[in-house]
Parts: sequence; structure tokens; C-alpha cells
Amino acid sequence: MKFLLIPVLFMTLVLNAAAIGVDKDRLQDPAQEDRAQHIMKQLRCLVCQNQSIVESDAELAQDLRAIVREQIIAGETDAEIFKFMTARYGDWVLLKPPFNSATAILWLGPIALLLIGGFLIFRTIRQKPEQDVTRPLTAAEEKHLKKIMKDNN
Amino acid sequence: MPLKRFLPLFIFAGILIAFMIGLSLKPSEIPSGLINKPVPDFSLPPLQGDGIGLSTADLIDPENIVIVNFFASWCGPCRVEHPALELLGKLDGVKLHGIAYKDRPKNSLSFLKSLGNPYDKIGADLKGRVAIDWGVTGTPETFIIKNGIIRYQHIGPIHQMQVDDLILPIIKNLQQEGAS
Amino acid sequence: MIAELGHYFLVLALGLTVIQAIFPMIGAARGSDRMMMLGQPAAYGQFFFSLLAFLALTYSYLISDFSVSVVARNSHSLKPLLYKISGVWGNHEGSLLFWVMFLALFGAMVAYFGKGLPKSLRARVLSVQAMVGIGFYLFMLLTSNPFDRLSDVPFEGNGLNPLLQDPGLVFHPPFLYLGYVGLSVVFSFAIAALIEGRVDPAWARWVRPWTLLAWVFLTIGIVLGSWWAYYELGWGGWWAWDPVENASFMPWLVATALLHSAIVVEKRDTLKSWTILLAIIAFSFSLLGTFIVRSGIITSVHAFATDPERGLYILVFLALVIGGSFLLFAIRSDKLQAGGLFAPISRESGLMINNLFLSVAAAVVLYGTMHPLLSDAFFGVKSSVGPPFFNLVFSLLMIPLVVTMVYGPHLKWKRADIKGVNQRLMAVTGIALLAGLMTFYVTYGGAIMPAIWIGIGVWLLLSSLQELASRIKLFQAPFKDSMSRLRRQPRSSWGMTLGHFGFAVGLLGIVGTSAWTIEAQKVMGLGEDMTIGDYRLTLKDVIPVAGPNYTAVRGIISVSPKNGAENGEIFIAYPETRTYVSSPITTTEGDVKTTMAGDLFIVIGESQGQGRWGIRAYYKPMQVWFWIGTIIVVLGGLISLSDRRYRIGSPQGQKASRKMKHAP
Repeated sequence: MKFLLIPVLFMTLVLNAAAIGVDKDRLQDPAQEDRAQHIMKQLRCLVCQNQSIVESDAELAQDLRAIVREQIIAGETDAEIFKFMTARYGDWVLLKPPFNSATAILWLGPIALLLIGGFLIFRTIRQKPEQDVTRPLTAAEEKHLKKIMKDNN
Repeated sequence: MPLKRFLPLFIFAGILIAFMIGLSLKPSEIPSGLINKPVPDFSLPPLQGDGIGLSTADLIDPENIVIVNFFASWCGPCRVEHPALELLGKLDGVKLHGIAYKDRPKNSLSFLKSLGNPYDKIGADLKGRVAIDWGVTGTPETFIIKNGIIRYQHIGPIHQMQVDDLILPIIKNLQQEGAS
Repeated sequence: MIAELGHYFLVLALGLTVIQAIFPMIGAARGSDRMMMLGQPAAYGQFFFSLLAFLALTYSYLISDFSVSVVARNSHSLKPLLYKISGVWGNHEGSLLFWVMFLALFGAMVAYFGKGLPKSLRARVLSVQAMVGIGFYLFMLLTSNPFDRLSDVPFEGNGLNPLLQDPGLVFHPPFLYLGYVGLSVVFSFAIAALIEGRVDPAWARWVRPWTLLAWVFLTIGIVLGSWWAYYELGWGGWWAWDPVENASFMPWLVATALLHSAIVVEKRDTLKSWTILLAIIAFSFSLLGTFIVRSGIITSVHAFATDPERGLYILVFLALVIGGSFLLFAIRSDKLQAGGLFAPISRESGLMINNLFLSVAAAVVLYGTMHPLLSDAFFGVKSSVGPPFFNLVFSLLMIPLVVTMVYGPHLKWKRADIKGVNQRLMAVTGIALLAGLMTFYVTYGGAIMPAIWIGIGVWLLLSSLQELASRIKLFQAPFKDSMSRLRRQPRSSWGMTLGHFGFAVGLLGIVGTSAWTIEAQKVMGLGEDMTIGDYRLTLKDVIPVAGPNYTAVRGIISVSPKNGAENGEIFIAYPETRTYVSSPITTTEGDVKTTMAGDLFIVIGESQGQGRWGIRAYYKPMQVWFWIGTIIVVLGGLISLSDRRYRIGSPQGQKASRKMKHAP
């Protein structure tokens, strides 16, 4: 029951998301603004679903963008900004989850699968030539061969 | 019948079990990042006049369980949970404070005037920055605090039935925790 | 009345489906022709009645019959005709009906075109197709009846979400469903083959056109969705790795792998159980996609309204269909004897490596999509997996895949000469290296990956042309000979060339637009201007516009070169922000100026007061390359599909394969 109401709660925020907003506080230094964009792309818009804060006009996303820019001006490092966010919202706010025991499969899985798959292919390819042993022809085949040779002549 | 041919079946069984567990979860719920952490440092002006409306010091209260509720006059669900807050505000050993989120003080005041004011102290978070320090993503949200440590975060409105089933037991537990 | 008829047709269709599921299967086991023959008329009848049911629902939409619950919830009398029709499949119940109608359509197509198939195989394929159908009919009738009536008939409907009122989204779901459901035929062929215990080159030939058809539809469906996101959402994004997007991408990846592995079965009579497995997995992903959208298990902007009861039903259904198939696979697949032998360096190996990377890619998408769920269930940690993760993993994973694409087509079957291929590719490799280095030089100081990717993309692009050139012996034989060879190239090999070439073009587009997009935004009054890249945008005027069911603010923005506005404007952009009558939602209609070099994408926001408006602009280099690339890929698929030797229902299927065996 409770979770059914949450969409209602966010209605106001989500509806705002459709209206185009413009950040008036964009950083003057293009390098700094690039950095800000890069960081913001990795932060989840918490009240939208599966969007980064760059792609949302929700008020909270606007506030978080402003905070990212303020902190860049204040000389914080990328890591410090991410830490600021995770302290408040948990790893959930990061669209690229950090490596830890809960995300080990996510990060190592592809490599493991490639190794296993590569091994299987290697074995399949290796196995084949072994079966490809030339065996002497059977009598019937010998006869067939002779017939073909004769036909060709 | 080599065992490896069963591998797809096993993997699929695993996925299926995960989905089954997943059906019982609510992915649209927002997790809490601040549980068991101290309340953030903040200081907010009151709805009217100068001075301090609500600050960190008010929340570090060894005597009482402290509840902080983020609300706004423009927020519909806040009206829904208002009766529940009235109830919580009257409890013994409980202090209920409010933070008005991105709301004009004038509007907050008339909101409280028409529905009643359950709060002990109120801070006005005009820009919503303090809310971000609390990890708040929207209104209403409610925090239960003991000795300046956040113990529970409630996202969305508190419904009448949740007061008995959820909130009161948490408060009772926290009160007993101190006694033992 | 019509709605009741629709319901009645649905039940009739279910009845015929049950017949189609039972009798041909028993008939095939007992060798009874009469029972097997029941499959065809049942399949035709099922399609007929499901089509009637679908038309009945469409009719209810057209006359805005709000006593039908789905119509009331999803339609509006003021909606333009096109969107009234597309509203039929723009919701849970209607889209299910759509699904099941396509499923019946494909069953009927197998019945009609499958005359060249062995009787028992056709009977079993039809039966499996019907078994899947039964699940869908029951799901619909028990939990999501599209013909449910309302006791209180509302005066007006709720309307379709305005975001969805877009031509791109009218055609996106039908194509996607045709792709999803098309894979059901491939699945049915795989299950039938497992039951028969026989997979041979002839089987691969029969399956190939169905796989290709499904794959082409799926590709079109995905691209239309992405095109819609690009134009409609106003952020210039076209792929967000959203769970629902992923749900359509996974079957695509697997179907692509299947397309390639089936070639190995056909030409070399090996890799059979793997191909069968891929056929099962491809359709499983289709079902999973349907599940993910409807269960509410994974959050997504695209998800339909959720309902736990439905989720449970689908779960049981999935368990039966997919679990049953995998069980059958486990028990029966060792009946499939591997055939041809090949060396480590050969076309076969190339295709196997291709399959490895495509499958791992699909697994990454699957796990990435499910990770938030698993993390929550097993670690109690809420977690997000978004574009930064997928982009990183894919940008690494796709490198070896593309390298395989460069080499694979040049390799001969059985045993190939890698040195010879390297030599042949020397010039192409040199140019690609140069392209990568030049990109690196021009963008010096920026990220290095885009430069690598440009090099790889150019490599693939040229090598696919080079492969064609070497096939027609261009510059080696007299030009006239080459041309006549070019004309005699089989359509299926044109398919490969265009497929790989188009992929390369699209890839370059992806690299360009994701690496070097620039963005600018400004609040402007009339007469003010802003710059983005080499352009200067001047806000000339803002006028109100009235549409059929919306009102809009339209900006008139003059675009001129950044330096030298005196050279005059290049074009005028008319971006709009629309507010809909039936729901308080605004949508943006960006205006895009497309050139081969890049798209200039302009969006206008709502008034900021005092005669000022927020304007946002993006410059997306090479964006159009992506769309062109996908068109070439689809074209390649269609041309290959028209190959006489493989055409659906080609009676030569069997004969041709026999001829192949005897060919020198």
C-alpha cells in the first residue's frame, strides 16, 4: 500500500521534469564545466527513474547540479564530490557502481565469462584435429574409389 | 546426458529465483543513506522573524526521542499525513520538529494555521539545501532520531495505520533501548 | 456489443490454439497424417479470430467507447486518428492482444509457407507455437482482459501520455513485437528439432529466413524507439541503457549471434547444440522483455502499470516455457552429432569468437539490468547500474568483436591463411591507423578511447568493402569481369557486406556523437544570441501555436555562422514546447538541422518571465551516421532475405541443400 503512494508523492517533481529548464550558473571556465558535466552524468537523478541529473529538470536534480558546480569552484576533487553524494544517498546515487563485494560479479563477470567461453572454444578447436585421423579405406570404399577413377578415365 | 547440458537450466533457475524475490521488493522505494549516522550540521531561520528556528543542537536531546518532519504547503501528501503528525507530536518523551522545504514562510504559516501546528520548532529551508544534507529527495519525509543519531527514515507520507504498525513500535523500541 | 464479440473471438481463438497445440504433436509422434494436418486449419483459424478480436478492440478505440475499461484509461475523444489507433497497443492489455495476434500470424505463416517442410517438423513447429500462444491467451483472459467493461461509463477518456503521441512511437512497438514474436518461430523450430532429435543444414536453411525476418523487425523496432527518444525527449539522447531498452537489446544481441551460428550449421553441419541453445535463449529474452515491462520488478520510465498478480502469472509462464525448453535441451541435445572439422584459423573459428562476444555482451546487459534487484535481494544494498557502466564495458568488449568482424569475412571455411589476409588488409589497416592517429592528434588532450574507436570503425568500414572487392576480383581481373561478378554476387552475401558496412557507419556515428557532443544553454530575450560550436543562434521571435489537442510555444531562431554573421543565416529553427489539453504534461519538439558533419539540435523551454525563454542547444557530431548505418544494416537484412535460395517457404530449401552437398 505504502509503495503505491510513492508515485503520487513524486508526481509534482516528475511533472516538472518535462519542462525545459536552463542552468544559469554554468561555470565560466570550459574545463571546469566539462568536469562538472562529467561528474553529473554519473549521478542518478533520485526522483526520476534511470536518468542522470544532467538529463533532468526535476528541482532536486537542479539543486544537485548547483552543488556539483559549487564544489568544483570550491576546489573539491571528483572523489570528494562523489563522497558527498554517497554520504547522503548511498551508492544508489552512482550510475557506475563502485567495485565492492556486492558488485564483484558485475565487474568481474564479463572477464570470467570471456575466459570460460574462450577456453571452451579453444577446446572445441583443439579437439577436432585429433579426431581427424586418417584411417585406411574400407574395402567398400576402395571399390568405390576405383570405380570413380575408372569413370574419370 | 552430460551434466554441462543442464547448465542453461540451472542458470535460468537462478534468474527465476531472483525474480521471485524481486517481486516482493519495491524498486521504486528510495533507500536511506543516513541511518545510524549523526544528524547533519545545520541551522535554519524560523518561519517568522529573525534568529534560529531549528538547528542541530535542538536534535541532540538525551531526554526525548526526536522526530524531524520535512513538509511543504504545496505538497499534497503532507496534508494526508498531517493527522498522524498531530498524534506523534502529543506523545510523551517525543519531540516533533518541522522543516519547511522550499516553501514561502507565509504559505507554510497559513498551512499550519488551517490544519493545526503539531511541531515544537520549525526551521525554514528556503533553498532546500539542508534537505539535501539530510538525503531528502522530496516531501514529506520523516526522521526518527535518538541522541543525535538518525535511526529511521520514512519516505512518503505516514498513514494513519502506519502510526500503530510501524512508527509507534520503532519509538517504543528506541525508548526501551535507553532504559536497559 | 463489439467488445463482447471481441472477447468471444478471443475465447474461440484459444480453443483453436489448444487444438493446434495437441493434435499435430500427437500426430507427429504416431505418424498420423490426419492429426498432423489439423495444424494448418487450426493455425489459420486462430489467426483469423485473434485478428477479429484485435479489430474489435481497435473499433472500440475508433468510436471512443469509454465503457471499455482500457479505452477509457488510455484514449481521449480529441486524440488524432493515428494516435487513437496506436493507443490500441500503447498499454498493457492491448499490447498483449497485439502480441498474441502476431504470434498467431507467424503460426499461420509457418502453416502456409511451410509446405516444403517435412510433415512431422511442420506439425511440431505449429504445435510448439500454439503452446506458447495458449499461455498468452490465458494470461490475457485471466488477468488482463482488454474487453473488460466499466459499470460507470466516464464521459471522457484519460488520454494517452502526450510523450507517446509521436509517429516514431506509433510504429516502434509493432516492429518490436514483430521482432520478439518472430523469434518464437525460430524457437518453435528449435524445440521441434530437439523433439525430432535432428538438426542438419536443411534445418538451418529453413530457420535462417525466420531468424533474419525477426532480426530485421527487431532492429527496426529498436532504432525507431531510439529515434523517438532522440527527437521527443529533448535531451538529444538516443540510448539510455534503461531496463526496457536493455530488454529489447538482449534478444537482438542473441539473435545476431544466432544469425551467425546458423550459418555454421548450414555450411559445415556443426555447432548444432549451441545454435539450438541460442534459438531458445533468443526467444526467452523476448519473453523476459515482456515480463520486465509488465512486472514492476525493475524501475523504468517505460514500464506499464504494475500488478503483482500479473507478475506471478508471467513468472510461472516463464518457468514453464523457458525452464521446459532448457530441460528438453539438457535431455535431448546430445542427440545432435557435431559434423565438420576445422582449423583454429578459419571462418568457423571467427564465427565462434563472434558468438562468444555477442553472448557475453548479452550476459553483461542481463546482469547489469538485474544487478540492482540482486543487490537489493542478497546484500540489502540499493544500487544503480547506468550508462557510465554499460558504456565503459561495451567500449572495451566491442573492440575484439569488431576485430573479428574485420577478419572473419576474409577467412576461408575449414582452414584459412591469416598471413594472406593480413597482407590483403595491409592498405586498409594502414588507412585505419592513420585515421585513428589523426583523430588523436586533432582531439589531443581529450580522451584516447574515441581515437581508438574511430580507427577501428574505419578499419571495419574499409575491410568490408575490401572483402567485396576481393570477392569480385576487382583490379585483379578485367574490370568488365569484376562487374559481372558483382552482379552475380548472391543476395545473401550482399546482406553480409551491407550488414557489416552499415554497422561500421553506425559505429562511427556512435563514437562521434558520444565522444564530442557539445551543449550550450542560455536564457534569452528577443534579439539576443548565443553560440554553440561554429554556430550563432539568435532568438527572433516566440509565437503561440494551437495544435489539435495541444497548445504550443514556438521559437523562431535564426542560425548563422559564429564568425561572420554577415554571411547570413544558414537556416531558421522552429523548436516547440507543447502543453496538452488532456493531461498537464509538456513535451518538447526540438528542431534539428542535420548535416553529415553533425546535428544541431535546438530546444525551447517555457517562458522564464519578462519576455525571456530558456534555449538549449546541442551539437552532436556525426549523429546522422548512426541512423544511416542502421538503415544500411536493415537494407542488408532485407536484401539477404530476398535471396531466392533462402526465401521463406522456399520449396527449394531441401533441394538446394542437397545440391550444395554435391557441388564441388
